[in-house]
Amino acid sequence: MQMQIKNFDDLELAKKVGLTELYPDKPKILVGMATCGLAAGAQRVYDLLHKKAQQAHWDGVVEKTGCIGFCYKEPLVDAVFPGNPRITYETVTPEIAESLWMEMAAGKIPENHVMARLDVDDMILDGGPRKFYKGKLTGFLAKTPRYEELDFIKLQRHIAMRNCGFIDPDNLLHYVARGGYFPLYTALTAMSPEEVINAVTTAGLRGRGGGGFPTGVKWASCRKAKGWPKYVLCNADEGDPGAYMDRSLIEGDPHAILEGMLIGAYAIGSNEGYIYVRAEYPLAVKTLQRAILAAREAGLLGENILGSGFSFDIKLNLGGGAFVCGESTALMASIEGKPGEPRAKYVHTVDKGLRNRPSNLNNVETWANVPVIIGKGADWYREIGTEGSKGTKIFSLVGQVKNVGLVEVPMGVTIKDLVMQVGGGVPESREFKAIQIGGPSGGCIPKEHWDLPIDFDSLWEAGAIMGSGGMIVMDNSTCMVDVAKFFLDFLIDESCGKCIPCRLGLKRMREILEEFSTGKGSLADLDELESLSEAVKDGSLCALGGSAPNPVLTTLRYFRKEYEAHILEHRCPAAVCKALITYSINPETCNGCTACAAECPQDAITGEKKQPHTLDPSLCIKCGACFEVCKFGAVAVA
Amino acid sequence: MITFSINGQEYEGQEGWTILDVARWNGIEIPTLCHHGAVEPYGACRLCAVEVDDGRRSRVVISCMYPIKAGIKVQTHSPRVLNVRRWIVQLLLDESPEAPQIKELARSLGVTPSRFQKTGVDFACHLCGLCVRTCQEVVGVQALTFGNRGLRKEITSPFRTASKDCLGCGSCVYVCPTGAMEQLFSRVAG
Ligand SMILES: Cc1cc2nc3c(=O)[nH]c(=O)nc-3n(C[C@H](O)[C@H](O)[C@H](O)COP(=O)(O)O)c2cc1C
Ligand code: SF4
Ligand code: SF4
Ligand code: FES
Repeated sequence: MQMQIKNFDDLELAKKVGLTELYPDKPKILVGMATCGLAAGAQRVYDLLHKKAQQAHWDGVVEKTGCIGFCYKEPLVDAVFPGNPRITYETVTPEIAESLWMEMAAGKIPENHVMARLDVDDMILDGGPRKFYKGKLTGFLAKTPRYEELDFIKLQRHIAMRNCGFIDPDNLLHYVARGGYFPLYTALTAMSPEEVINAVTTAGLRGRGGGGFPTGVKWASCRKAKGWPKYVLCNADEGDPGAYMDRSLIEGDPHAILEGMLIGAYAIGSNEGYIYVRAEYPLAVKTLQRAILAAREAGLLGENILGSGFSFDIKLNLGGGAFVCGESTALMASIEGKPGEPRAKYVHTVDKGLRNRPSNLNNVETWANVPVIIGKGADWYREIGTEGSKGTKIFSLVGQVKNVGLVEVPMGVTIKDLVMQVGGGVPESREFKAIQIGGPSGGCIPKEHWDLPIDFDSLWEAGAIMGSGGMIVMDNSTCMVDVAKFFLDFLIDESCGKCIPCRLGLKRMREILEEFSTGKGSLADLDELESLSEAVKDGSLCALGGSAPNPVLTTLRYFRKEYEAHILEHRCPAAVCKALITYSINPETCNGCTACAAECPQDAITGEKKQPHTLDPSLCIKCGACFEVCKFGAVAVA
Repeated sequence: MITFSINGQEYEGQEGWTILDVARWNGIEIPTLCHHGAVEPYGACRLCAVEVDDGRRSRVVISCMYPIKAGIKVQTHSPRVLNVRRWIVQLLLDESPEAPQIKELARSLGVTPSRFQKTGVDFACHLCGLCVRTCQEVVGVQALTFGNRGLRKEITSPFRTASKDCLGCGSCVYVCPTGAMEQLFSRVAG
């Protein structure tokens, strides 16, 4: 693949070749091999299919691709047979893969384990939809649900994730085949840097790394800033536990990020870029390394790109994994080889950032949106989303929800739609209680507010933040005091310790919460907790401390009664806080099966076989083992 | 000259000055802990917090690092500022109830030890970093450094052994506002 892309003709040729690889005249099997797929066993599935195809001298292609979002149905395998819709198979074990293979080798599209079919590939950057087949579908194909009909997909719109699950991320030509690097060509040859900045500003793109700062405004300030060289940086630190949208974008479509950075660098006037990526993301790191090499070989990074005279190159920087290293000034310190500690930003990093030079930092997802804005135009992009928040946002939907995965939805989708439709609701017999939006320092929004549209400003008003897009769904088995403790613990662990409000203030907040969950404390402590939260928010150096009280403040705001129950009644309504709950056995329903007594690590439960058992509360350590094991609902917790 | 207001009164300062510079020049009291004229500001204690209204929004910033700008309105004792300051002093006091400087600060702000106060610690290090900065910037060696992070953050010598670079000059002990360096000194100097 030593193809040089030096001008428009080269780009066209690359696209042509890429298309024949992307959609060849022969059957193709795709295996989703991002980290989520691999975790579910995709490597074995891929190896098996690959080996079988080789042994059979199969006239078809077995290929890897990124994550399309259905993490709860991984491993996913797709069959793309020429003239037919693309069919997706779910939870494919090696055994299932083997049976699928038998049929596919015989030229048949398998009918079992089908999840959905895709009729058109919308190829947003390449002039529009490409239908997979002509005429009418018959048989099982006609009966298979279309992607767009799935609840999980219906509300989604893949813009940043446009290529994830479609291309082989290591194949530059695949990226070009779907319209990639054409926007770069447009920017370099038909637009001035100012026009590029204007487009991004007009499009209304706001930073996806958490703050929601208008991207075009940031670029314009950096362009204006005096100093040389200027740096363009990509934040791929992604330290939120449970959030992995950036990882998935990198693993599924690395060139989208490179192209975004190239366009940004041209607009800002920079020739040097860095991607700061978590070292704990080995596949993402490798994928980026390969993409950068491929882009360099093709001439898309380096000197005189696409014959425009513009030069730019990108270095990778591996992050040490501390959450706070994702903060802009800490990230820059870390690239400089200093401890990853934040510093005051009264002089902005666009003026004095990395090595005291003008530096523009954007998040992975922000960068991935840029080529689309240039390729489709700002007006096209503006149509998506809400007044103040344009475009889409990727969320990682986790917690007590049926469909766990990555979802990219237009800004403005309501919490309710996201949880109940996209997420498929909470597990049976449970009830949706709240959703934590924005990662560990986001906010908990209760069911009463589930009509809230998800956009930067609505979330901010509700006390939450967009953050990086982590979403944790909680049902009624969750105690909100416990939730506040949980997130504080994470943040206390991740605080760099430089400034006092964060280092000591969070610890004190945690101490007060601990009192609540052991039935101590008074109502006055709620006010204390609130004023301390404000002090930490106002007084902390960086946004880690500045947003760390959010989980406490929002749970206080929306679940005050639950706090009061702990304090006034020494009761944990969700029966989670150990010090406040007691286990007992209901003699009416206990039939003496002895299961609980066998399970109890404390021997706190006694009783004759077939006779009601009794539980000695003085021995009980409240581990809940009896509750879990009793099949007759005879163990009560209150 | 840059003109702006502090507590409703107009003041002037030069480009590059901080709010604290102008306040001190004019005798306006703002408490500080990690600031010292001889070394670069570090912005860790946050005690010097003030509220700044720049015409767009009002927010709490630290006066020892915030460069003055024309037209800003600075409040040194607004409710938000006092809340931040009181809590910092409360937290420090509970960490080391006997440290003279903290006791004095607490007295001036009406803060008393809380039920969370530590016992058995007289002079806890508050990680203001004055010793580290003095060692580097004034003495010109690097015998001191920060180790660890979060609640385990500490002042130590590089590689945690008696420092080869230490001249034994005692500048760190002299500059330390809490008395903690006195106890750390023997470990660092060897
Ligand atoms: C504690 C902390 C952690 C952060 N972690 C990340 C991160 O992992 N990824 C990221 O893109 N931004 C992170 N940010 C936000 C960055 O500081 C910065 O605002 C962002 O990268 C700017 O890019 P954007 O404008 O495209 O959003 C973090 C901020 C804080 C305070
Ligand atoms: S707010 Fe927390 S993480 Fe940020 S500088 Fe202060 S101690 Fe470090
Ligand atoms: S030892 Fe003293 S001077 Fe050094 S950081 Fe601690 S309190 Fe500050
Ligand atoms: S004196 Fe300003 S932060 Fe410490």
